[in-house]
Amino acid sequence: MTTIAAHPTDHHDHAHDDHKPSFFARWFMSTNHKDIGTLYLIFAIFAGVIGGLISGLMRLELAEPGIQYLTSWASMMKGSGASLDEAYHMWNVLITAHGLIMVFFMVMPAIIGGFGNWFVPLMIGAPDMAFPRMNNISFWLTAVAFIMLLGSTFVPGGTGLGAGTGWTVYAPLSTSGSVGPAVDMAIFSLHLAGAASILGAVNFITTIFNMRAPGMTLHKMPLFVWSVLVTAFLLLLSLPVLAAAITMLLVDRNFGGAFFDAAGGGDPVLYQHLFWFFGHPEVYIMILPGFGIISQIVATFSRKPVFGYLGMAYAMVAIGVVGFVVWAHHMYTTGMSVEVKMYFTAATMVIAVPTGIKIFSWIATMWGGSLSFKTPMVWALGFIFMFTVGGVTGVVLANGGVDDNLHDTYYVVAHFHYVLSLGAVFALFAGFYYWFGKMSGRMLNEFLGHLHFWVFFVGVNMLFFPMHFLGQQGMPRRYPDYPDAFAHWNEIASYGYAVLGVGVLIFFVNVFWSLAAGRKAEGNYWGEGATTLEWTLSSPPPFHQFETLPVIK
Amino acid sequence: MTALTSTPNNLRTALMAGSIALAMVGMGFASVPLYRIFCQVTGFGGTTMRISEAEAATVQAVNKTIVVRFDANMRGLPWEFKPERPTETVTIGARDMTIFLAKNLSDHPVTGTATFNVSPAQAGQYFSKVQCFCFTEQTLKPGQQLRMPVVYYVDPKILDDPDTKDVEEITLSYTFYPVDEPGKGS
Repeated sequence: MTTIAAHPTDHHDHAHDDHKPSFFARWFMSTNHKDIGTLYLIFAIFAGVIGGLISGLMRLELAEPGIQYLTSWASMMKGSGASLDEAYHMWNVLITAHGLIMVFFMVMPAIIGGFGNWFVPLMIGAPDMAFPRMNNISFWLTAVAFIMLLGSTFVPGGTGLGAGTGWTVYAPLSTSGSVGPAVDMAIFSLHLAGAASILGAVNFITTIFNMRAPGMTLHKMPLFVWSVLVTAFLLLLSLPVLAAAITMLLVDRNFGGAFFDAAGGGDPVLYQHLFWFFGHPEVYIMILPGFGIISQIVATFSRKPVFGYLGMAYAMVAIGVVGFVVWAHHMYTTGMSVEVKMYFTAATMVIAVPTGIKIFSWIATMWGGSLSFKTPMVWALGFIFMFTVGGVTGVVLANGGVDDNLHDTYYVVAHFHYVLSLGAVFALFAGFYYWFGKMSGRMLNEFLGHLHFWVFFVGVNMLFFPMHFLGQQGMPRRYPDYPDAFAHWNEIASYGYAVLGVGVLIFFVNVFWSLAAGRKAEGNYWGEGATTLEWTLSSPPPFHQFETLPVIK
Repeated sequence: MTALTSTPNNLRTALMAGSIALAMVGMGFASVPLYRIFCQVTGFGGTTMRISEAEAATVQAVNKTIVVRFDANMRGLPWEFKPERPTETVTIGARDMTIFLAKNLSDHPVTGTATFNVSPAQAGQYFSKVQCFCFTEQTLKPGQQLRMPVVYYVDPKILDDPDTKDVEEITLSYTFYPVDEPGKGS
């Protein structure tokens, strides 16, 4: 990345610039990108806790073979005795809710809505987002979508209460297989969340294209801004396809349509094509901004500009472009011919090249750098290690022939949790530790940060690494029960969840302690390695920044 | 650029981005007919070929046979539905006719419609039907029995395709569904 020499403007003579609206107007009618970013982060943490607790229920049930708790939970939800089938449906509801919440209401709001809103305008020297009121709509649509999804748990969804379709909402389970309003509510929730994200993407694209400070060319933009720009285009191109597909589901469900119903000449496999045309770019939507965050952090704590800036930026563009032509590797078992499998195998493996460029460049950035292992850097290193593990199992699964064997096993679960739960989530924590002082004006505690990292690191690896073994031994995903042969590694995975939970507790202790009594953060608390424009401002930045635009040489 | 107002420049960018999103919604819906055409042209997923009499007349039989198995299914119909003969050994390229029998076992008229498929899926593009009862609505009066013919041949090109040249048996499967199925999905 190009070193940016900015002329910081002095905001402190203009006391009236920092005038904040009253509490209600500020937080409920917000048009300020920093406040909306904060709202998104709080929302994402809240949703993440719910999604995380749901996975805790799942790990509790999976800790040993047999059905221990599901029936009583299902009875609790229902208010009367639940049958075994209703208990199984409850399981489907749990996996569905965990997936949808973590994807649409935790990772995306945090990484795009939260950090994107906070730091894209700051990093490009803009006073705010291009359309502040649209920004507000995006946030509140997301919030309403979340309430909608949670509400679906309390209405009938076929065998029991709630939508039990999996986050993929495959037909015919989601059409003729799930009678009742729950799935309609879940689908409508996806519509709202999707609309919110599309509006957000339009906002980011306009902001990044039109509102950069004088002298900030596209090739001088910080890599985090590049990552959000690519992500915004992925959102714009993929989410409408999901919207179309789930609208067709609604038509099939409620208006006698037969888009995905073989009886009327439709084809359920078409739904899978449409879903994964969205779903594969979606996984890059979740990880690309993480790449951007990691690039900023590695450069800061190596006190060097990122190695191969242009390669890093265009590697993300390449990942985004190729990400649109690999979707059917999620569908190897739908009866594709060998040629089609060969194409999708090869195309999928091509993605390992730009990803490899990124891993290589991060390591090359650290090489010979003046490293300091502050908390954000430790999380970034954890990200690089763990994302690489997930990337390697991804290349294994990319093989059509191998996938015939591993499809829908715990190996796949292990793979996508290594790139998401250890990839995207590590990037989120890294960004949080990196920018918390900037956002709040208080520094997080370094010791608790390191402790959080190590406990969390041990926890997630204990939780997800054994799933590789379970998958290779043939344990299928999406079942609440398993033969005794799988008991050992499942037990260890459940212990891993407990360790991870302790890590998250340390995180909350750190956040609340630091907000109350943390050290005051100065403007550029990371020192000379932090070169982007947000570090030229105070911590927290003034309510309105860059009234005089900074000039980038 | 002025700060918080939407300049015309911003509006133009936003409208362009918005129209990309709208175009992708359109693409999503357009994929339904496009996918159908794609399947019909390529035989993707075991879609069989419809061939006219004139085209069928140009095909030369070769000196090799293949087993064709017939499969009949129903969902939610008070019918009896079965092939007259479960398998036939046919010469590749030669035209053959088989009969499916449907009988209404209920005491009221019932209308059904059939979908079809062949397995293995790769053989779909070489399974050419000259005459069939696909997607036409059949109404059977109480107790009425209907003989439904399928005239077909296996295209000799099946022997040139590395994916299908070792196929020794093709299954043609029909499934009858009731028309105007009530309460689907909700």
